[in-house]
Amino acid sequence: MGNDTGMSWQQRNTRNVRRLGMWTAAWLVSLASVFFGHKYLWDGNQALTAGVIAINVVLGGFMIWANKQHLQGLDELQRQMQLEAMGLSLGVGMVLGFAYSALDATGVIPFRAEISHLAVIMSLSYLIGLAIGVRKYQ
Amino acid sequence: MKNRLKVLRAERDWTQADLAERLDVSRQTINAIEKGKFDPSLPLAFKAARLFKLTIEDIFQDE
Repeated sequence: MGNDTGMSWQQRNTRNVRRLGMWTAAWLVSLASVFFGHKYLWDGNQALTAGVIAINVVLGGFMIWANKQHLQGLDELQRQMQLEAMGLSLGVGMVLGFAYSALDATGVIPFRAEISHLAVIMSLSYLIGLAIGVRKYQ
Repeated sequence: MKNRLKVLRAERDWTQADLAERLDVSRQTINAIEKGKFDPSLPLAFKAARLFKLTIEDIFQDE
């Protein structure tokens, strides 16, 4: 049994996960290339760095599109689980992000609050949210 | 919401995976519906009713 694409849910999901993985990997490699290339390959040439950043943004656009396709390809329970996990991730990211920023701005912590720390917190809370969803609907 | 999916599936000797494939959803979704942990959408309920050649009320009952 399949939908209008002629693919079963499982085939569609496998394709979407692979596509999302591919674009995410491309985006990550391009992001790493910005920092690595700027420092070691083109010796701080700003035009080249700007060009690679532009490529990174374009690849990021494809990653967003692939993620949207992935979400649309999920069935209704999985979409519900994704929604709950993303809601938790967004909430935790906002609350802890602002708190972390306040700690930095007021000098309570001796180091700078980096955006990468927020990305790690949001990723972890998303994974925890997914694990909670899997357990809840098991 | 209570449902008779497990009974209807067993009558046809289908596994959860078989029913999931016929309804184009994951096996986890079938399991969650059978256990009453997740209520299906109206389109999915209609799809199940068509598959079993029953009405929605024959399969799903409000508790």
